[in-house]
Order: sequence, then C-alpha cells, then structure tokens
Amino acid sequence: MKTYQKNEVVRIELVLNGQRRSGTCEPRTLMSDFLRHELGATGTHVGCEHGVCGACTVMVDGVAARTCLSLAVQAEGRSIETVEGLNRGQDGLSDLQEAFRRNHALQCGFCTAGILMSCADYLARKPDPSEQEVREMLSGHLCRCTGYTNIVKAVLETAAARLGRPVGATPEADKPGHAGVGAAAQARLVNA
Amino acid sequence: MKPQAFDYARPDSAAEAVALLADAGEDARILAGGQSLMAVLNLRLAQPSVLIDISRVPDLDYVRTDAGVLAIGAAATQGSVEWRAGLAAEVPLLAQAFPHISHFQIRNRGTVCGSIAHADPSAELPLCLLALGGQVVLRSRAGRRTVAADDFFQGMLMTARRPDELVEEARYPLAEPGVRYAFEEFAGRHGDFAICAVAAVVRPDGIRLAVGGVSDRPRVKAWGRLAGAELDAAINDFAWELGAKDDHHASAKFRRQLVRHLGRTAIDRAIS
Repeated sequence: MKTYQKNEVVRIELVLNGQRRSGTCEPRTLMSDFLRHELGATGTHVGCEHGVCGACTVMVDGVAARTCLSLAVQAEGRSIETVEGLNRGQDGLSDLQEAFRRNHALQCGFCTAGILMSCADYLARKPDPSEQEVREMLSGHLCRCTGYTNIVKAVLETAAARLGRPVGATPEADKPGHAGVGAAAQARLVNA
Repeated sequence: MKPQAFDYARPDSAAEAVALLADAGEDARILAGGQSLMAVLNLRLAQPSVLIDISRVPDLDYVRTDAGVLAIGAAATQGSVEWRAGLAAEVPLLAQAFPHISHFQIRNRGTVCGSIAHADPSAELPLCLLALGGQVVLRSRAGRRTVAADDFFQGMLMTARRPDELVEEARYPLAEPGVRYAFEEFAGRHGDFAICAVAAVVRPDGIRLAVGGVSDRPRVKAWGRLAGAELDAAINDFAWELGAKDDHHASAKFRRQLVRHLGRTAIDRAIS
C-alpha cells in the first residue's frame, strides 16, 4: 500500500512518450498540471478542468483519458502519450496530424491536441469506424472553430488510408445492410 | 479549479481498502475512475480529508458472468464492459445504453460501480441496474451484504451504502430467452446528462419500465402485458407519479411528455 500525506511533496516516475521522466507533486496535483508545469509537456491543453471540454485528453497506458479528472499520483509508473509523441520515430507529422492539416480540421488549435489523442486511441481499437461512430467519439470534445465536419473528414480519411482504401470510399459500417453501426444496432440484432 | 488538499492512500487489496475506509470514517472518499468524483473535487463541492484510490486493486478489477449475472468489480472501467465481446448477447440493455453514457474518453476511465455509488438521478448505469432488477454488493470490514437495486437508490446522490462500505460489485442479470430489452434517451447534446432516459424490459407476461432523469432517483414500474391505449394510460400515470420538476434544462411538462414518448417508443421497439 502507498500512502501520501496532504502537502507532502511526492516524487513521481513515469514514461512520457517513451522516455522515463520524473517530477514532484502533491497528492492533490492534477495530472494535467503535472504534465504541463512539472514535465513541461505543454502540448496538452487545459480548458474546463471538470471533464467537459476534452482539451486535456492524453493516452494513459494506451487509453484516451482526461488528465483534469486524474491525479498526478495516479500516473505513477504509467506510460503517458501526449501530442508531442504522436509523430514519434518519423519526420514531420503523423498520418493523423497530416490529415488534420490537409482537411483544415483545426483553426485556433486549442482543442486539437486532445482530439488527436482520442482519435489515436479510437482508431487503434476501431480501424474502420462509421461516420456516426466517429461523431460519437468526438462528442467528448468541444471545438468552437471548426463545426467538426472537417475533423470527421480527417479521421475517416486516416482510417481509409491505413486500410489502403481510396479516400472518400464509404466505410464498411456505413454501407446499407451492415449491422456494425454501434451497440444499438448490435442489440437490435440480438433482440430480433 | 483545483481540489483542496487531502491525504492519499492506494491500497493493494479490497481488504486493505475497507480497513482504510473503516478507520477514516465519513470524511474519506473512494477514488476509482474519478470521472464524477474528480469533477466534484475540482469544483470543491466535496472536500474529503482522505482519498482511497482503488483503481489499481487487482481483486476488484474484473468483469465476469456468474450465476445468471454479469458481475462487475469496483475497479472495472465502463470501457472494459462496453468493449467486451458478447456484451450485446449477455446484457443487451447495457450494450444499448453505453453509447449514451457520457463520452468514450470518460467511459475509458470511469467505473460502473463508481456511477452506481455516485447515484446521479440521470445516470444510465443505475437506471439499467434497476430496470433489470440487479443487485449491489457492499463490503465493509465487518463483511458483505447484497442489496437489491430497488432498495439501493434512495434519493438524489443518496444510496443505502453506509460510510464504511465499499460498492464492491454490481450484478446485472443476464439476458433471458423470450425477454426483450430497449433503451432510449433524450439529452441536450450527445453524451450530456439525460433529461429523460428509459429502459424497457418486456416479458411474455409483463412489462417493466424504468425512468431516469425525471425523479430524484431512477424509478421503475411494472405492469401486465398491456397494449394500445391502456399502455399509454399506464405510462401517463407513471409520468405524473414521478413528480417531475421545472429546472433550467427542461420543464416538468416537457419531462412528462418525454416519459410518455420515450416509454412507448422503447416498449414498442423492444417488442418489434
């Protein structure tokens, strides 16, 4: 069991974008503040600080999560991926970031880092999502500039390119008669 | 907004967690996914002196079928249930409800038992537990007790859990042959808190309809196999019994209309 007293200065070790890093925090320090202020990873943005806007989303052990709703001490020993690590091992931008740039899927860019991290996790788990599923996933992010249309386009384009399908082709799950448009459709099948 | 200072403990077992809870008393809070609690702390709506973080307790992190129920441990995330292969066959009502539960990023970290312990009146997971007649397993240093969902939810954010108890497990009954399930929800935006959510369970000999977001807790009503105008009248009576109130999200009148509309839609969809 680990216990920390309030106001105790705690040293946390974690892996940030593949590198071992450490820093100090108090038990009450939010993971978002720890990443930005202690580790200097300011690519992760902080918006509402109560889990609504999605700007602070990163991947914790490969899973997209809000860092404003997590404590720094909970990151101990975990592997954190932030937007700074998205293009790791390559020159320039990752394919997802490139698709965002090409489709004008960002304007001011404040929300973009969080959206990219959600998309990175989602596409890894669901390589061929329908437009409806992408919109459902994006509902966890607020973007006041783009109207989302171009973000959806960029995500679908990335998925299509990774599957070697021509850009603009209909995702499998959007084709008529395909049942894979989410849990509701699956459940209807079970009930049928 | 930042939380007030607190002591932090990360137990390695459920036994350690309930021992900590017993020692800390009412001023302690269990932290699992933190997707409700952390927001509450950031807004300083709660200022506990001790946080007991059970998110890494291995004996609480499980989802398994067990004697006719899907048993979900206190550290199991909503995502781990949602992405479970076969969920649509095991608990079809949950499979239908998940896309409505907040957002993908929140479900990745939030826990099922956390939502049940928090008992927000518009939350989907307590609603489904009530609709299916599920159970909650509470554990304290003294032992375990099992409480029916009907008795567990007692009011706005109020449950039968005593301060020294941990919501250790949620038990969702598995789908039964010949029984149909449907979930419907209306919210301002996708993933927002439900203004009204309904879960229908239709058996050959009866209908069970649970409603969330309208009363101070999820509420359920059971009828025989009514149909047509008789069913509409019964749902209307239920809508009035819920005691809907006006607030800045919706008027009481609108909420009653949602109960009538979504209730009928869910029942019809379950049957069809």
